[in-house]
Amino acid sequence: MSSSTYKEATFSFISPSTDALVLRLSGDWMANGRLPDAEEIRQALSQQIPAPRIIFDVVGLGAWDSGLLIFLAKVFDICRGNGISVDSSGLPPGVCRLLELASPEKQRSGVTREKSPPSFLVRVADATLDFGRGFKDMLAFVGDATLSVLRMLRGKPGFRRSDLILILQETGAQALPIVSLISLLVGMILAFVAAIQLRMFGVQIYVADVVGIAMVRVMGAIMTGIIMAGRTGAAFAAQLGMMQVNEEIDALEVLGVSPVDFLVLPRLLALMLMMPLLCIYSDLMGVVGGLIVGVGMLDLGVIEYYHETVNAVSLTYFWIGLFHSFVFGVLVALAGCLRGLQCERNASAVGFAATSAVVTGIVSIVVATAIITLLCQVLGI
Amino acid sequence: MNASEKLPESERETVIEVHDLEISYGTFVLMRDLNFHIRRGDIFIIMGGSGCGKSTLMKQMVGLKKPARGQVLYGDVSFWDAGTEVREQLKRRFGILFQSGALWSSLTLAENIALPLEQYTDLPPAQIREVASFKLALVGLGGFEDFYPSELSGGMKKRAGLARAMALDPDILFFDEPSAGLDPISARLLDDLIIELSESLSTTVIVVTHDLASIFAIGTNSVFLDPEAKTMTAAGDPKRILTESADPKVVSFLTRGTGRRTKE
Repeated sequence: MSSSTYKEATFSFISPSTDALVLRLSGDWMANGRLPDAEEIRQALSQQIPAPRIIFDVVGLGAWDSGLLIFLAKVFDICRGNGISVDSSGLPPGVCRLLELASPEKQRSGVTREKSPPSFLVRVADATLDFGRGFKDMLAFVGDATLSVLRMLRGKPGFRRSDLILILQETGAQALPIVSLISLLVGMILAFVAAIQLRMFGVQIYVADVVGIAMVRVMGAIMTGIIMAGRTGAAFAAQLGMMQVNEEIDALEVLGVSPVDFLVLPRLLALMLMMPLLCIYSDLMGVVGGLIVGVGMLDLGVIEYYHETVNAVSLTYFWIGLFHSFVFGVLVALAGCLRGLQCERNASAVGFAATSAVVTGIVSIVVATAIITLLCQVLGI
Repeated sequence: MNASEKLPESERETVIEVHDLEISYGTFVLMRDLNFHIRRGDIFIIMGGSGCGKSTLMKQMVGLKKPARGQVLYGDVSFWDAGTEVREQLKRRFGILFQSGALWSSLTLAENIALPLEQYTDLPPAQIREVASFKLALVGLGGFEDFYPSELSGGMKKRAGLARAMALDPDILFFDEPSAGLDPISARLLDDLIIELSESLSTTVIVVTHDLASIFAIGTNSVFLDPEAKTMTAAGDPKRILTESADPKVVSFLTRGTGRRTKE
């Protein structure tokens, strides 16, 4: 199959008389070699005496494939442009039939694609309108989800129990290893940072207070929230996005099953339940991380550290932490499902949906934290 | 190359030979003792009911799935026993049209066709673009160069998939259910195109299908896979199988279950 075994493809125009031009082709015309471009053909043609007709001489023609076809299509095009009629009877019959298939008459007319990019103003306007539309979609989706929860409370859950159990397992038990690792490390990091400052005053024991309060009140919830946004939110978006690509969501709708009831609700419930549980676990692991640093580096006793933590962490902090995580659970689930349902029908859209779910999840977690912290300030808790 | 004047069957060289091939999933054997050969310029039909392993057989022939036993020979080279390098070279001679087109959704049609050309030829970008445009025109999609696959109908996707399969002027074209999901006229046009490619460019064509109209319109050679017998129960020109086969299951398949051999 190497191109070196082929003879070079050449062409020449000759004009034996004024009524016809002859295009003589010789050599092997293969697409993987270099083919003459339109300009060369035009130049060669312009050196000839103008004639009303062009015919072909293929006596010297060797092997050919679509390389010859592409060349001839160009010649035909140029001849038509110059008002020369083409008499293709001299060409091999296969060539004629294939060229006939590819001829402009066989194509659908009026297909063009606007190539010029829109102006800056148009793009700004589009982006603004998109943003507005996106916000409206989001509100509509939150409304749908709320209605779906209400329907469930009235005793008509629109999903299968086995789905919920599977999702509970995926979002809960299977997230434990990564939550353990991250929370333990965050607890240790907090303890290190605090220890450097507190050692200057000789009150290393307050490391227990810092780690305990920070983890229980907000850090445990935020860390689980971010882990779950990356882990579960993205998974939700990819799952629902793929279902959108396969028209599975359409199939549900046609069946009269609300995709929100069937797909979103179990995911929402699972995260609403699992996120607080994971948060409690994360709080514990964080405190253990602090303990490791306290005992290992600061020479504190285990019992001493335990008592200090119990004294420092009030039940109020614990409830505030749980409230955070409950809100994060709702946000992560909704962000994941919304982006999944909004997914377009191609492979890259699924990737975009997953990315977008994580970004939306994390941004909303941070914004929600700010709002809750502000509320706590105002309420004085 | 341009064998418009086709040689009689026995004089054309064997392009593919399948030898004692076995199709199995784990320990479950679906087909065994598959033996047939395909000559240059054949339009070879792999037929059989749903779930008989047609598509898997094709996957084993193009190198997507390793057979449990047996060989696929291209000329003298055994595909699965050859080294990776040889296999890659052989694969370059294939063009494959997947069932739903399998166009890369993030690329335009022109880019879809250009990708194999960029990968395996030294052609300058302008010429690649020309080749892509021409191949699209050949399947009737001239002017759709800058469209994305998601903007096309199912039939158009299939034709664009064919244009991509033809990008490198392959010796051997594989089709997985080419007429599935097409209206009768589009299916007929695709059949005509397959015949044209086989005759004009002497491309060897292997078609996996159970569409009877196509089988009789284009097939010059075939095998019939019977999942109950766990092997091929008929081979040869489908029109001849229809008149000559003694196997009731084969006849039933080729007559849509009526068993009447005369075609209305």
